[in-house]
Amino acid sequence: MPVTENWKPKIVAFCCNWCSYAGADLAGSSRLAYPADVKIIKVPCSCRVNPMFILRAFEKGADGVIMCGCHPGDCHYSTGNYYARRRMTLLFSMLDYLGVENGRTRVEWVSAAEGVKFSETMNSFVEKVRSLGPSVRLGDLRCKN
Amino acid sequence: MQELIHRAKSLLESGEVVRVLGWRKGENDWDVEPAFFATTEDLEANFIYNGFCGANLSKYMIEASKLDGKTLVFLKPCDSYSFNQLIKEHRINREKAYIIGVGCKGKLKIENIDAEGILSVDGAGYPDCSETLTVHTLYGDKEIAYKDAMLERCHVCKGKEHKIYDELLGDSIDTCDADRFAEIAKIEAMSPEEKFAFFQAELSKCIRCNACRNVCPACSCRKCVFDSTKFDSAQKANTTSFEEKMFHIIRAFHVAGRCTDCGECSRVCPQGIPLHLFNRKFIKDINSLYGEYQAGADIDAAAPLTSFRADDAEPGVGRG
Ligand code: SF4
Ligand code: SF4
Ligand code: SF4
Repeated sequence: MPVTENWKPKIVAFCCNWCSYAGADLAGSSRLAYPADVKIIKVPCSCRVNPMFILRAFEKGADGVIMCGCHPGDCHYSTGNYYARRRMTLLFSMLDYLGVENGRTRVEWVSAAEGVKFSETMNSFVEKVRSLGPSVRLGDLRCKN
Repeated sequence: MQELIHRAKSLLESGEVVRVLGWRKGENDWDVEPAFFATTEDLEANFIYNGFCGANLSKYMIEASKLDGKTLVFLKPCDSYSFNQLIKEHRINREKAYIIGVGCKGKLKIENIDAEGILSVDGAGYPDCSETLTVHTLYGDKEIAYKDAMLERCHVCKGKEHKIYDELLGDSIDTCDADRFAEIAKIEAMSPEEKFAFFQAELSKCIRCNACRNVCPACSCRKCVFDSTKFDSAQKANTTSFEEKMFHIIRAFHVAGRCTDCGECSRVCPQGIPLHLFNRKFIKDINSLYGEYQAGADIDAAAPLTSFRADDAEPGVGRG
């Protein structure tokens, strides 16, 4: 697909209620900008992110998916983010193996106090995905005619 | 084979076991199937152990664990990993099984022999396993190297040591002659477009027969996400188009860290899809990121996806 000047990537961000979602709020109330194309989905913990959610986002046409959670050691439920980290590591590697490059997936730890980090993370992620262009259509994985 | 039948008969006769889980003869040398035997007559007439006994019997022990009395089960070395993993997952009861670890000289895939109009295959039966197989066909005889007819998994065999057994019978031959992760590394080195095209070509062949899931010892969930919620009849997928499209990745993720790389999924796929390429990718990553782990080797080892370390690698770190 040819990429036009003003092509905007579709980005889905899964944010933990206790940290990064609050961090996004802080970014907003501090008037820190982040691209409007980032669709935030609030989850109760990064560990709630079923790998299927990520697949679903790509299947539905996302160009990049990012997951944000509490810093390791700071999980509201003690250890959720540690399990999530292993899961996402393996899933992202599998996606890369299928043709959805590593640059299109990211995990970032953002606390409720890090409004600046939240906005910077989103900006740099969107930039990265924009540079990669539109993603392969994961939903077509089984549709070779 | 006679010694297996002999041993099974005496265990049945003594009452030590009430049934035998083994392989049953088919019409031809190669259409062997897993089966329960309840009588010595049935064993004598129909039990077989030859080069086509690739089927892993571990999963059938889930049902056998619910029956009264002990079941004698024959396990090849690779099957014993699956058996162990099922014990770890509390799916089978060790006490309900009497395990005879059988030797293995590599198992065959009939598709690899693929000579037109096969009538029979010599050399595939134990103990006369040989270097070459003679294939009798409608159009004359053909010779084929035993190794060339082996299942993919036998080329990357985990070793001929049984991980669990009550007694051992029969000899084994080392068949490993390839690197289990070589193909994975080759795909990893492709460009994103090539990777997608490769998997799209493979997965588009899938007819969703569910054989891979049904045969997989790790796929033993009582309710599977791929079972229809609307119809109770055939457990065919009738869920959503999302699950239909992502079937292989979802299944591979569900068994990640639990898949013993037993090779059954690739063996049974009627479309010849190399399903091991998914499972082994996870195994390769787990080994390199969290330390060598072989599911089913050690019942007490911490499973990679239900444990963690505070200093685990970050997703994407070191991967460009
Ligand atoms: S996924 Fe395939 S190789 Fe792994 S345990 Fe299941 S059948 Fe065996
Ligand atoms: S596909 Fe998933 S839910 Fe279904 S049996 Fe396998 S592991 Fe269980
Ligand atoms: S066995 Fe092969 S064809 Fe059948 S569902 Fe699995 S991948 Fe598809």
